Amino acid sequence: MSIDLHLSVTMAAYAGAGICIGIGAIGAAIGEGYTAAQATLATGRHPEMSGEIFKTMLVGQAISESSSIFTLVVSLVLLFTPHAAVSAVSVVVPLAAGLCMGFGALGSGIGAGYPAAAACTGIARQPAMAGRLNTNMIIGSAVCQTPATFALVISFILLYSDFSGRPASPTWAAILGAGLATGLAAIGPGLGGGLVAQAGCEGTARNPEQAKAAINIMLLGQAIAQTTSIYGLLVSFILIFKSLPATDLLAPPMGLLSAGICVGVGAVGPGIGVAMTARSAVASITRHPTLTNELIRTMLIGAAVAESTGIYALVVSLVLIFVV
Amino acid sequence: MAIEGADLVKAAGFLGAGIAMGFGAIGPGVGEGITAAKACEAIGHNPREAGLITRTMLVGQAVAESTGIYSLVIALLLLFVV
Repeated sequence: MSIDLHLSVTMAAYAGAGICIGIGAIGAAIGEGYTAAQATLATGRHPEMSGEIFKTMLVGQAISESSSIFTLVVSLVLLFTPHAAVSAVSVVVPLAAGLCMGFGALGSGIGAGYPAAAACTGIARQPAMAGRLNTNMIIGSAVCQTPATFALVISFILLYSDFSGRPASPTWAAILGAGLATGLAAIGPGLGGGLVAQAGCEGTARNPEQAKAAINIMLLGQAIAQTTSIYGLLVSFILIFKSLPATDLLAPPMGLLSAGICVGVGAVGPGIGVAMTARSAVASITRHPTLTNELIRTMLIGAAVAESTGIYALVVSLVLIFVV
Repeated sequence: MAIEGADLVKAAGFLGAGIAMGFGAIGPGVGEGITAAKACEAIGHNPREAGLITRTMLVGQAVAESTGIYSLVIALLLLFVV
Protein backbone atom coordinates (compact mmCIF):
# COMPACT_ATOMS: atom_id res chain seq x y z
CA MET A 1 0.00 0.00 0.00
CA SER A 2 1.52 3.29 -1.00
CA ILE A 3 0.30 6.46 0.67
CA ASP A 4 1.09 9.67 -1.18
CA LEU A 5 2.14 12.85 0.58
CA HIS A 6 -1.12 14.76 0.01
CA LEU A 7 -3.11 11.98 1.62
CA SER A 8 -0.73 11.83 4.59
CA VAL A 9 -0.96 15.58 5.17
CA THR A 10 -4.77 15.44 5.04
CA MET A 11 -4.81 12.57 7.51
CA ALA A 12 -2.47 14.47 9.82
CA ALA A 13 -4.66 17.59 9.57
CA TYR A 14 -7.80 15.61 10.52
CA ALA A 15 -6.01 13.91 13.40
CA GLY A 16 -4.62 17.25 14.56
CA ALA A 17 -8.08 18.86 14.41
CA GLY A 18 -9.54 16.06 16.53
CA ILE A 19 -6.76 16.18 19.13
CA CYS A 20 -6.95 19.98 19.25
CA ILE A 21 -10.66 20.35 20.01
CA GLY A 22 -10.71 17.16 22.09
CA ILE A 23 -8.12 18.37 24.61
CA GLY A 24 -9.18 21.99 24.23
CA ALA A 25 -12.77 21.27 25.27
CA ILE A 26 -11.73 19.86 28.66
CA GLY A 27 -10.46 23.01 30.34
CA ALA A 28 -13.18 25.53 29.53
CA ALA A 29 -15.91 23.03 30.38
CA ILE A 30 -14.47 22.38 33.86
CA GLY A 31 -13.90 26.09 34.49
CA GLU A 32 -17.39 27.09 33.41
CA GLY A 33 -18.93 24.24 35.37
CA TYR A 34 -17.16 25.43 38.51
CA THR A 35 -18.37 28.99 37.89
CA ALA A 36 -21.93 27.78 37.41
CA ALA A 37 -21.74 25.66 40.58
CA GLN A 38 -20.61 28.61 42.71
CA ALA A 39 -23.15 30.92 41.05
CA THR A 40 -25.90 28.44 41.90
CA LEU A 41 -24.78 28.26 45.53
CA ALA A 42 -24.58 32.05 45.73
CA THR A 43 -28.09 32.41 44.28
CA GLY A 44 -29.36 29.92 46.83
CA ARG A 45 -27.94 32.00 49.68
CA HIS A 46 -28.99 35.39 48.33
CA PRO A 47 -31.89 34.95 45.91
CA GLU A 48 -32.46 38.72 45.80
CA MET A 49 -29.08 39.11 43.99
CA SER A 50 -29.91 36.47 41.39
CA GLY A 51 -29.96 38.90 38.43
CA GLU A 52 -26.52 40.34 39.17
CA ILE A 53 -25.02 36.89 39.90
CA PHE A 54 -26.49 35.50 36.69
CA LYS A 55 -24.98 38.34 34.64
CA THR A 56 -21.53 37.90 36.24
CA MET A 57 -21.68 34.14 35.72
CA LEU A 58 -22.36 34.55 32.01
CA VAL A 59 -19.62 37.17 31.50
CA GLY A 60 -17.12 34.99 33.40
CA GLN A 61 -18.09 31.89 31.45
CA ALA A 62 -17.76 33.78 28.17
CA ILE A 63 -14.15 34.63 29.06
CA SER A 64 -13.42 31.00 30.04
CA GLU A 65 -14.93 29.95 26.74
CA SER A 66 -12.47 32.01 24.71
CA SER A 67 -9.65 29.46 25.09
CA SER A 68 -11.87 26.69 23.73
CA ILE A 69 -12.98 29.00 20.91
CA PHE A 70 -9.27 29.30 19.98
CA THR A 71 -9.12 25.50 19.72
CA LEU A 72 -12.29 25.48 17.62
CA VAL A 73 -10.75 28.03 15.23
CA VAL A 74 -7.53 26.03 14.88
CA SER A 75 -9.52 22.81 14.35
CA LEU A 76 -11.66 24.43 11.64
CA VAL A 77 -8.55 25.85 9.94
CA LEU A 78 -7.01 22.36 10.02
CA LEU A 79 -10.16 20.79 8.59
CA PHE A 80 -11.14 23.24 5.87
CA THR A 81 -8.05 25.01 4.57
CA PRO A 82 -5.63 23.47 2.08
CA HIS A 83 -2.26 22.47 3.53
CA ALA A 84 1.09 22.56 1.76
CA ALA A 85 2.42 19.08 0.98
CA VAL A 86 6.07 19.55 0.08
CA SER A 87 7.98 17.14 2.29
CA ALA A 88 7.66 14.88 5.32
CA VAL A 89 7.70 18.08 7.44
CA SER A 90 4.26 19.00 6.05
CA VAL A 91 2.81 15.93 7.77
CA VAL A 92 4.08 17.03 11.19
CA VAL A 93 2.96 20.68 10.95
CA PRO A 94 -0.82 20.13 11.41
CA LEU A 95 -0.23 17.63 14.22
CA ALA A 96 2.08 20.06 16.03
CA ALA A 97 -0.37 22.96 15.61
CA GLY A 98 -3.24 20.83 16.92
CA LEU A 99 -1.28 19.59 19.95
CA CYS A 100 -0.06 23.12 20.71
CA MET A 101 -3.50 24.74 20.75
CA GLY A 102 -5.19 21.75 22.41
CA PHE A 103 -2.84 21.63 25.40
CA GLY A 104 -2.60 25.42 25.39
CA ALA A 105 -6.31 25.84 26.12
CA LEU A 106 -6.43 23.32 28.97
CA GLY A 107 -5.07 25.44 31.82
CA SER A 108 -6.54 28.78 30.77
CA GLY A 109 -10.02 27.31 30.48
CA ILE A 110 -9.95 25.84 34.00
CA GLY A 111 -8.17 28.88 35.43
CA ALA A 112 -10.58 31.50 34.11
CA GLY A 113 -13.41 29.69 35.88
CA TYR A 114 -11.99 30.43 39.36
CA PRO A 115 -12.17 34.27 39.35
CA ALA A 116 -15.65 34.11 37.83
CA ALA A 117 -16.76 31.75 40.61
CA ALA A 118 -15.21 33.97 43.28
CA ALA A 119 -16.89 37.04 41.76
CA CYS A 120 -20.31 35.33 41.91
CA THR A 121 -19.76 34.31 45.56
CA GLY A 122 -18.46 37.80 46.34
CA ILE A 123 -21.46 39.58 44.83
CA ALA A 124 -23.74 37.56 47.08
CA ARG A 125 -21.64 38.56 50.07
CA GLN A 126 -21.02 42.24 49.19
CA PRO A 127 -23.66 43.41 46.71
CA ALA A 128 -22.27 46.96 46.86
CA MET A 129 -18.97 45.77 45.36
CA ALA A 130 -20.58 44.19 42.29
CA GLY A 131 -19.03 46.65 39.82
CA ARG A 132 -15.55 46.36 41.30
CA LEU A 133 -15.81 42.55 41.40
CA ASN A 134 -16.84 42.40 37.76
CA THR A 135 -13.87 44.54 36.73
CA ASN A 136 -11.52 42.48 38.88
CA MET A 137 -12.87 39.25 37.41
CA ILE A 138 -12.56 40.46 33.81
CA ILE A 139 -8.96 41.63 34.27
CA GLY A 140 -7.96 38.47 36.18
CA SER A 141 -9.49 36.03 33.74
CA ALA A 142 -8.17 37.98 30.74
CA VAL A 143 -4.64 37.53 32.11
CA CYS A 144 -5.39 33.78 32.47
CA GLN A 145 -5.96 33.65 28.73
CA THR A 146 -2.47 34.88 27.80
CA PRO A 147 -0.86 31.39 27.75
CA ALA A 148 -3.71 30.20 25.49
CA THR A 149 -3.03 33.21 23.25
CA PHE A 150 0.65 32.25 23.07
CA ALA A 151 -0.44 28.77 21.96
CA LEU A 152 -2.73 30.29 19.31
CA VAL A 153 0.12 32.44 17.98
CA ILE A 154 2.50 29.46 17.76
CA SER A 155 -0.19 27.31 16.08
CA PHE A 156 -0.77 29.93 13.41
CA ILE A 157 2.98 30.53 12.90
CA LEU A 158 3.41 26.77 12.42
CA LEU A 159 0.47 26.54 10.02
CA TYR A 160 1.40 29.53 7.87
CA SER A 161 5.21 29.30 7.79
CA ASP A 162 6.96 28.00 4.73
CA PHE A 163 9.16 25.05 5.70
CA SER A 164 9.76 23.92 2.10
CA GLY A 165 13.43 24.95 1.97
CA ARG A 166 14.30 23.26 5.26
CA PRO A 167 15.86 19.80 5.58
CA ALA A 168 13.22 17.23 6.48
CA SER A 169 15.18 15.35 9.12
CA PRO A 170 15.75 17.62 12.08
CA THR A 171 12.98 20.08 11.08
CA TRP A 172 10.12 17.66 11.76
CA ALA A 173 11.31 17.25 15.35
CA ALA A 174 11.89 20.98 15.82
CA ILE A 175 8.30 21.69 14.72
CA LEU A 176 6.76 19.01 16.92
CA GLY A 177 8.95 20.22 19.81
CA ALA A 178 7.89 23.83 19.23
CA GLY A 179 4.21 22.89 19.33
CA LEU A 180 4.60 20.83 22.51
CA ALA A 181 6.77 23.45 24.25
CA THR A 182 4.24 26.29 24.11
CA GLY A 183 1.21 24.02 24.39
CA LEU A 184 2.31 22.11 27.50
CA ALA A 185 3.93 25.20 29.07
CA ALA A 186 0.57 27.00 28.94
CA ILE A 187 -1.16 24.48 31.25
CA GLY A 188 0.41 25.49 34.57
CA PRO A 189 0.46 29.29 34.17
CA GLY A 190 -3.08 29.29 32.74
CA LEU A 191 -4.43 27.35 35.70
CA GLY A 192 -2.26 29.31 38.13
CA GLY A 193 -3.35 32.71 36.86
CA GLY A 194 -6.88 31.66 37.76
CA LEU A 195 -5.94 30.72 41.34
CA VAL A 196 -4.39 34.16 41.90
CA ALA A 197 -7.35 35.98 40.35
CA GLN A 198 -9.70 33.95 42.56
CA ALA A 199 -7.92 35.29 45.64
CA GLY A 200 -8.09 38.81 44.19
CA CYS A 201 -11.88 38.60 43.80
CA GLU A 202 -12.38 36.96 47.21
CA GLY A 203 -10.21 39.57 48.88
CA THR A 204 -12.11 42.42 47.24
CA ALA A 205 -15.41 41.00 48.49
CA ARG A 206 -14.09 40.32 52.00
CA ASN A 207 -12.40 43.66 52.50
CA PRO A 208 -13.68 46.23 49.99
CA GLU A 209 -11.30 48.90 51.29
CA GLN A 210 -8.39 46.79 50.07
CA ALA A 211 -9.77 46.35 46.54
CA LYS A 212 -6.94 48.30 44.98
CA ALA A 213 -4.21 46.40 46.83
CA ALA A 214 -5.93 43.12 45.94
CA ILE A 215 -5.86 43.86 42.22
CA ASN A 216 -2.26 45.15 42.25
CA ILE A 217 -0.84 42.14 44.10
CA MET A 218 -3.02 39.88 41.97
CA LEU A 219 -1.46 41.26 38.77
CA LEU A 220 2.05 40.93 40.24
CA GLY A 221 1.40 37.30 41.22
CA GLN A 222 -0.13 36.47 37.84
CA ALA A 223 2.85 38.03 36.06
CA ILE A 224 5.30 35.86 38.02
CA ALA A 225 3.16 32.76 37.41
CA GLN A 226 3.18 33.48 33.65
CA THR A 227 6.98 33.43 33.35
CA THR A 228 7.24 29.68 32.73
CA SER A 229 4.82 29.95 29.80
CA ILE A 230 7.14 32.60 28.35
CA TYR A 231 10.03 30.09 28.64
CA GLY A 232 7.93 27.72 26.52
CA LEU A 233 7.21 30.46 23.99
CA LEU A 234 10.92 31.34 23.81
CA VAL A 235 11.96 27.73 23.15
CA SER A 236 9.23 27.42 20.50
CA PHE A 237 10.50 30.49 18.66
CA ILE A 238 14.08 29.18 18.77
CA LEU A 239 12.97 25.78 17.46
CA ILE A 240 10.87 27.29 14.64
CA PHE A 241 13.32 29.91 13.40
CA LYS A 242 16.76 28.36 14.04
CA SER A 243 18.38 27.09 10.85
CA LEU A 244 19.25 23.44 11.28
CA PRO A 245 21.76 21.42 9.25
CA ALA A 246 20.40 18.32 7.50
CA THR A 247 21.20 15.04 9.23
CA ASP A 248 20.73 11.32 8.69
CA LEU A 249 21.18 10.50 12.35
CA LEU A 250 18.43 10.00 14.90
CA ALA A 251 20.06 11.84 17.82
CA PRO A 252 19.79 15.49 16.59
CA PRO A 253 16.02 15.39 15.93
CA MET A 254 15.43 13.57 19.22
CA GLY A 255 17.38 16.30 21.03
CA LEU A 256 15.12 19.02 19.56
CA LEU A 257 11.90 17.12 20.32
CA SER A 258 13.15 16.45 23.83
CA ALA A 259 13.95 20.16 24.33
CA GLY A 260 10.31 21.01 23.58
CA ILE A 261 8.93 18.32 25.90
CA CYS A 262 11.36 19.31 28.67
CA VAL A 263 10.50 23.01 28.84
CA GLY A 264 6.80 22.31 28.22
CA VAL A 265 6.28 19.75 30.97
CA GLY A 266 8.75 21.51 33.27
CA ALA A 267 6.69 24.70 33.15
CA VAL A 268 3.56 23.06 34.58
CA GLY A 269 4.68 22.64 38.19
CA PRO A 270 6.30 26.04 38.81
CA GLY A 271 3.35 27.78 37.12
CA ILE A 272 0.91 26.20 39.58
CA GLY A 273 3.24 26.47 42.60
CA VAL A 274 4.07 30.14 42.13
CA ALA A 275 0.38 30.86 41.69
CA MET A 276 -0.51 29.06 44.95
CA THR A 277 2.01 31.28 46.74
CA ALA A 278 0.59 34.43 45.17
CA ARG A 279 -2.96 33.31 45.98
CA SER A 280 -2.16 33.00 49.68
CA ALA A 281 -0.24 36.28 49.64
CA VAL A 282 -3.20 38.14 48.11
CA ALA A 283 -5.59 36.55 50.62
CA SER A 284 -3.34 37.45 53.59
CA ILE A 285 -2.76 41.01 52.38
CA THR A 286 -6.48 41.72 52.10
CA ARG A 287 -6.99 40.33 55.63
CA HIS A 288 -3.97 42.06 57.18
CA PRO A 289 -3.20 45.18 55.08
CA THR A 290 -0.55 46.40 57.54
CA LEU A 291 1.66 43.42 56.66
CA THR A 292 1.71 44.17 52.92
CA ASN A 293 5.46 44.74 52.55
CA GLU A 294 6.40 41.73 54.62
CA LEU A 295 3.99 39.48 52.70
CA ILE A 296 5.15 40.69 49.28
CA ARG A 297 8.74 39.96 50.29
CA THR A 298 7.89 36.43 51.47
CA MET A 299 5.82 35.84 48.34
CA LEU A 300 8.67 36.90 46.06
CA ILE A 301 11.27 34.76 47.90
CA GLY A 302 8.97 31.74 48.00
CA ALA A 303 7.95 32.14 44.36
CA ALA A 304 11.56 32.50 43.25
CA VAL A 305 12.46 29.19 44.89
CA ALA A 306 9.38 27.48 43.41
CA GLU A 307 10.36 28.87 40.00
CA SER A 308 13.83 27.27 40.13
CA THR A 309 12.89 23.90 38.65
CA GLY A 310 11.26 25.68 35.71
CA ILE A 311 14.59 27.42 35.12
CA TYR A 312 16.41 24.04 35.28
CA ALA A 313 14.02 22.76 32.60
CA LEU A 314 14.74 25.84 30.45
CA VAL A 315 18.49 25.34 30.88
CA VAL A 316 18.33 21.63 29.97
CA SER A 317 16.28 22.39 26.85
CA LEU A 318 18.65 25.17 25.76
CA VAL A 319 21.56 22.73 26.28
CA LEU A 320 19.68 20.19 24.14
CA ILE A 321 19.22 22.76 21.36
CA PHE A 322 22.55 24.57 21.37
CA VAL A 323 25.21 22.39 23.04
CA VAL A 324 24.76 18.69 22.35
CA MET B 1 18.21 6.65 7.08
CA ALA B 2 20.62 4.17 8.60
CA ILE B 3 20.28 4.00 12.35
CA GLU B 4 23.31 2.67 14.16
CA GLY B 5 23.66 1.51 17.75
CA ALA B 6 25.64 4.51 19.03
CA ASP B 7 23.23 6.97 17.37
CA LEU B 8 20.23 5.19 18.84
CA VAL B 9 21.77 5.26 22.32
CA LYS B 10 22.49 8.99 22.00
CA ALA B 11 18.96 9.69 20.75
CA ALA B 12 17.48 7.76 23.68
CA GLY B 13 19.76 9.66 26.05
CA PHE B 14 18.54 13.03 24.71
CA LEU B 15 14.91 12.02 24.95
CA GLY B 16 15.48 10.66 28.44
CA ALA B 17 17.16 13.88 29.57
CA GLY B 18 14.20 15.98 28.43
CA ILE B 19 11.67 13.67 30.05
CA ALA B 20 13.69 13.48 33.28
CA MET B 21 14.00 17.23 33.75
CA GLY B 22 10.54 18.06 32.41
CA PHE B 23 8.55 15.72 34.65
CA GLY B 24 11.02 16.15 37.50
CA ALA B 25 10.24 19.86 37.58
CA ILE B 26 6.51 19.40 38.28
CA GLY B 27 6.67 18.11 41.85
CA PRO B 28 9.14 20.59 43.37
CA GLY B 29 7.40 23.48 41.62
CA VAL B 30 4.02 22.64 43.14
CA GLY B 31 5.42 21.53 46.50
CA GLU B 32 7.56 24.60 47.07
CA GLY B 33 4.64 26.76 45.99
CA ILE B 34 2.44 25.18 48.68
CA THR B 35 5.18 25.79 51.28
CA ALA B 36 5.52 29.45 50.32
CA ALA B 37 1.73 29.84 50.31
CA LYS B 38 1.45 28.51 53.86
CA ALA B 39 4.35 30.75 54.92
CA CYS B 40 2.44 33.81 53.66
CA GLU B 41 -0.65 32.68 55.57
CA ALA B 42 1.40 32.03 58.71
CA ILE B 43 2.97 35.49 58.59
CA GLY B 44 -0.52 36.92 58.25
CA HIS B 45 -1.59 35.12 61.44
CA ASN B 46 1.59 35.76 63.42
CA PRO B 47 3.70 38.57 61.95
CA ARG B 48 6.07 38.70 64.93
CA GLU B 49 7.53 35.34 63.94
CA ALA B 50 8.11 36.38 60.31
CA GLY B 51 11.86 35.65 60.48
CA LEU B 52 11.38 32.18 61.91
CA ILE B 53 8.62 31.40 59.41
CA THR B 54 10.72 32.54 56.44
CA ARG B 55 13.66 30.46 57.67
CA THR B 56 11.50 27.36 58.08
CA MET B 57 9.99 27.96 54.65
CA LEU B 58 13.40 28.17 52.99
CA VAL B 59 14.72 25.01 54.70
CA GLY B 60 11.55 23.13 53.76
CA GLN B 61 11.75 24.34 50.19
CA ALA B 62 15.40 23.35 49.96
CA VAL B 63 14.46 19.79 50.94
CA ALA B 64 11.57 19.78 48.45
CA GLU B 65 13.96 21.09 45.80
CA SER B 66 16.20 18.02 46.17
CA THR B 67 14.19 15.83 43.80
CA GLY B 68 14.34 18.58 41.18
CA ILE B 69 18.11 18.64 41.56
CA TYR B 70 18.23 14.84 41.21
CA SER B 71 16.36 15.25 37.91
CA LEU B 72 18.80 17.93 36.78
CA VAL B 73 21.78 15.72 37.67
CA ILE B 74 20.32 12.73 35.84
CA ALA B 75 19.48 14.90 32.80
CA LEU B 76 23.04 16.28 32.67
CA LEU B 77 24.48 12.76 33.12
CA LEU B 78 22.33 11.53 30.22
CA LEU B 79 23.46 14.46 28.08
CA PHE B 80 27.17 14.54 28.78
CA VAL B 81 28.39 11.39 30.51
CA VAL B 82 26.44 8.30 29.48
